Amino acid sequence: MEENKKIYINGRECNYKDERNLLEVIRKNGINLPTFCYHSELSVYGACRLCIVDIENKGIVSSCSIKPEPEMRVKTHTTELRGIRKISMELLLANHSKECTSCGKSLNCKLQDLASSLGVGDVRFKKREKLIPLDTSSQALVRDPNKCILCGDCVRACDEIQGIGAIDFMNRGSDVQVVPAFDKNLAEVECVDCGQCARVCPTGAIVPKSDIHDVWKELEDPNKVVVAQIAPAVRVAIGELFGMKPGTILTGQIVAALKLMNFDKVFDTSFAADLTVIEEANEFLRRNESKDSLPLFTSCCPGWVKYAEQYYPELLGNLSSCRSPQQMFGSLAKDLLPGQLKINKKDIVVVSIMPCTAKKVEAKRDEFEKNGIPEVDYVITTQELAAMIKEAGLDMNNLAPESLDLPMGFKTGAGVIFGTTGGVSEAVLRYAYEKISGKQLDNPDFKAVRGIEGLREVEVNVGETKLKVAIVHGLANAGKIAEMVKKGEADYSMIEVMACPGGCVGGAGQPVTFDDNTRKERAKGLYECDKMLQLHKAQENPYVKEVYNKHLGEPGGHKAHDLLHTTYRNRKRIFESGFEVLSGTNSQKLEISVCVGTGCYVKGSQNLLHKLIRYIDEQGLQEMVNVKATFCMENCDKGPSVTVGDNLIYACNFEKAVSEINEKLTVLKVD
Amino acid sequence: MITAIEKKMDTARKFERVCAILEDYNYDPGKLIPILQAVQEEYRYLPEPVLTFIATSLGLSPAKVYGVATFYAHFALKPKGKYVIKVCDGTACHVKDSMPIVKAIQKKLRITENENTTGDMLFTLETVSCLGACGLAPVVVINETVHSLMNPAKIDKVIDKIYKEEAGNEKVAC
Ligand code: SF4
Ligand code: SF4
Ligand code: FES
Ligand code: FES
Repeated sequence: MEENKKIYINGRECNYKDERNLLEVIRKNGINLPTFCYHSELSVYGACRLCIVDIENKGIVSSCSIKPEPEMRVKTHTTELRGIRKISMELLLANHSKECTSCGKSLNCKLQDLASSLGVGDVRFKKREKLIPLDTSSQALVRDPNKCILCGDCVRACDEIQGIGAIDFMNRGSDVQVVPAFDKNLAEVECVDCGQCARVCPTGAIVPKSDIHDVWKELEDPNKVVVAQIAPAVRVAIGELFGMKPGTILTGQIVAALKLMNFDKVFDTSFAADLTVIEEANEFLRRNESKDSLPLFTSCCPGWVKYAEQYYPELLGNLSSCRSPQQMFGSLAKDLLPGQLKINKKDIVVVSIMPCTAKKVEAKRDEFEKNGIPEVDYVITTQELAAMIKEAGLDMNNLAPESLDLPMGFKTGAGVIFGTTGGVSEAVLRYAYEKISGKQLDNPDFKAVRGIEGLREVEVNVGETKLKVAIVHGLANAGKIAEMVKKGEADYSMIEVMACPGGCVGGAGQPVTFDDNTRKERAKGLYECDKMLQLHKAQENPYVKEVYNKHLGEPGGHKAHDLLHTTYRNRKRIFESGFEVLSGTNSQKLEISVCVGTGCYVKGSQNLLHKLIRYIDEQGLQEMVNVKATFCMENCDKGPSVTVGDNLIYACNFEKAVSEINEKLTVLKVD
Repeated sequence: MITAIEKKMDTARKFERVCAILEDYNYDPGKLIPILQAVQEEYRYLPEPVLTFIATSLGLSPAKVYGVATFYAHFALKPKGKYVIKVCDGTACHVKDSMPIVKAIQKKLRITENENTTGDMLFTLETVSCLGACGLAPVVVINETVHSLMNPAKIDKVIDKIYKEEAGNEKVAC
């Protein structure tokens, strides 16, 4: 057996095992060293130097970047160390626009927090000179570069957790900033709105966009009927903002608060999740029968959907056509409620309360609007709901719980566990098991799919049928599995994807936390919720049955399809229009564009462009054409894409392009 | 004489060169810096769409490539003029009044610190720290030519001379 290794922290003997670095050992022993650039889920950057310690015979080093060694003698809070930390803080603050009172992050800000705990009062360094304009282009997030302390946490989150790299450092020295490519706005790059950058940012430099203002206005309008839907993950997290433990279940209190704020009806997104289970499971069973478009990817996470549309157009056929629970709820509410409540459709306002920033953008997709009326009008996050409750002067700790409205407030445990990684799979399995075996499932728990690893696989045997399920969270993991599927190396039946670590409980709209355990506690809360409900399988939800009987018809049927399903499209992630490779001078010219975006590139578009240029040169056609290399024409699966004049040619090759060019040129000459 | 057509083919050739460079480096994202260097030699700067093309070809995010391109002072993201004027603002030159030279050039060429290239793409003005010729301070380097012991009046003449030469070239070319 390996003996316990020990070090001495401030003279006290401490044991350690396999901690990744000295910082973790120190923290495990109850000393909370301050950090800005350290996140246990990200790589070590070692730039902020707040985690410094004094090691005997080594001197002052950053504890996050060094491994513990046996017998090491470490001091954490000497006068010298405290002095250095204070100076580092002052330097960070000097460059920071200190508008704390109006900042979205106020009271949850690590910078604010550490400044006061390190005893930094006034800042002796001179302030930043130029103010940089805010980036409000995204519907999910707001960037305020003036508040950035350049810790790089967001850069690493986007790159390492999501595998996207939409933001990075620009310039050097005193001009450094964190920006999207070419200092563009966030809405003009490949960002999928997941908000993980905002979740890890210790300051208010990237925060979720607030839509509270508009929601208050609707609530004050006497002609409007405002209904809320509450996503599962919200109920187990909002308490954190009122001093309660993560995982505390507050469904009833949220309902009470919403009613006091003038919401007319309060429903549960979990009801729609129950519907999702039935639609998605049936879709899966159909595909499984015909062995068509497998594995089935889940589609409830809008961050993942956008990612797939941008990076894996060839796999879009594998995505479940089911809308997310949020959107199922929206379309159903706008379809059912006018009749039930005897009101005009346009007077119904659906407000979603979500743990997620990407949901804000999802609600604005064109597909989710009918005759100019959006199906979900506003999306506010858990954080925003807490802010509204505080603005309304309500005391969350002393509200008497109230019950959700029927019918869409009734759910089973299946719809509740949707909020955590593994939850969607488990809920679908609870349905598929009974459907395939024809037997009743006595114990609804599929504990094997639960867990926190970023990429898990589980095999479930249902009689003769073997179901192999993969569960991933974090888009970098989703990317890995998508690559496997592309290469035909994945024999899964179904793949559950959630963009945020831990699933929705770890969404960027949730209360800010820098403690890894919080997500686990929230997930535990959801499983507890499931336990406490009387029903656990979506197929047992009496109101879901009723909706099918009276309204939707068969699962997957015509009406269900219209209201509960959707389509996807290939989306470009580069908005650059491309560059001229050749530009002729004739007054009449033929426009030729060859896509050199990634999708077409791997299909040899670059070589095609070479050949075309050579051909044009040889034939002396230079003056009669404009040749452009462009990025992504949103047809990647049918690439290489080439346009000649106004004609888009799919799967283009040299011969096709040349014959089209010659044909078009003859017409030009005749003109 | 350069024909119009040859000039046209030049842009096409540049693009072909970018492809060749990427191939030479085996599309290895680890070789990003030498790739950028080689591409800059072709274009004299790094145009945005070309950087995007390099990013997609190497499987890197455009933000990352942009980050590297802006980190090194050697890389230019805006096109530079035919003549790059470098005024030394190292300590020695600074105390010998190099800043008034910068001001004089900016005034003459109607450019600013941010818009530091003339509209006709003839001149770009840069300040650099210490060119290692402190004995000759203040020093101005135009392309490869070193002009020592400069002052506002002298630099004015140097620029005028370049203008004259350029006007002469035009006539020959047309
Ligand atoms: S929202 Fe997500 S995808 Fe967009 S920049 Fe932030 S981490 Fe990257
Ligand atoms: S935006 Fe926030 S997380 Fe990103 S570098 Fe700046 S302070 Fe750090
Ligand atoms: S936490 Fe160690 S250097 Fe920032
Ligand atoms: S890369 Fe998308 S169409 Fe060419």
